[in-house]
Amino acid sequence: MTITLNHYLLVSGLLFAIGFAGVLLRRNIITIFMCLELMLNAANLSLVAFSRFNVGPDGLPNFNAQVFVFFIITVAAAEVAVGLAIIVALFRARQTTHVEDIASLKF
Amino acid sequence: MNPLLFGLFAFLMLAFGVSVVVNRNPVASALSLVVSFLCLAALYVGLDAYLIASVQVVVYAGAVMVLFLFIIMLLDLKAEQRRKFNKLAIGGGALVALVFAAQVVGVLGRFPKGNQPFPALKLPPGETLNDIQKVGESMFSQHTLPLQIVGVLILVATIGVIVISKRELK
Repeated sequence: MTITLNHYLLVSGLLFAIGFAGVLLRRNIITIFMCLELMLNAANLSLVAFSRFNVGPDGLPNFNAQVFVFFIITVAAAEVAVGLAIIVALFRARQTTHVEDIASLKF
Repeated sequence: MNPLLFGLFAFLMLAFGVSVVVNRNPVASALSLVVSFLCLAALYVGLDAYLIASVQVVVYAGAVMVLFLFIIMLLDLKAEQRRKFNKLAIGGGALVALVFAAQVVGVLGRFPKGNQPFPALKLPPGETLNDIQKVGESMFSQHTLPLQIVGVLILVATIGVIVISKRELK
């Protein structure tokens, strides 16, 4: 049995589903944030798999996808820094990281 | 990639991903996430993306997770107390995720092109894949504008974090 593109896409989709379930189920804002990272990484995995699958006429993978993944990782790192700063500010104001205690905007 | 290694790392990655979701203690969640990211880096190595694998280890498993653990320790979060379960919300969330996974399986079942194995790389004899050079060339020739925008974005994020973290914000 050889590993095909669909195996990687399946693993990537399952990882995304796990992260998605975590965002929907968990009530701790830091855990929700970690599940968000899981979803970003699932997208990265499918991009790298497509990059390796599309071997060009020069016999090399398509490196544009890897540049894209590189940018996604950079933006995700910036996003984590800003998001955690917001969580710290929120914790200072409300002394909680539980999303059900932060419902000012809830209809 | 060797099917055994692929299976091992994919299974470990998904198992620790589930452990991120089900752990009540945020520190245990964060450490599970580190293991999950390391297994993902191993999958990248199997796809001949050595640069992305090392960036994954350095940036994600290193810097980002240290930041997460630092904030968890700073806020001194304890394991969540058992609150009253909202059965409807939990059932709905699990159902949505299951439907999504079923959709992925269904779409992949109708994607015959993806059932072919990965084509072999054509490299000059005696050479190994130099993906760092290739990604760098692509980044600094075709993608210079996105690169500069990302640079500005990081600057904005740095300033934003400083402004948000200042105590006298109100």
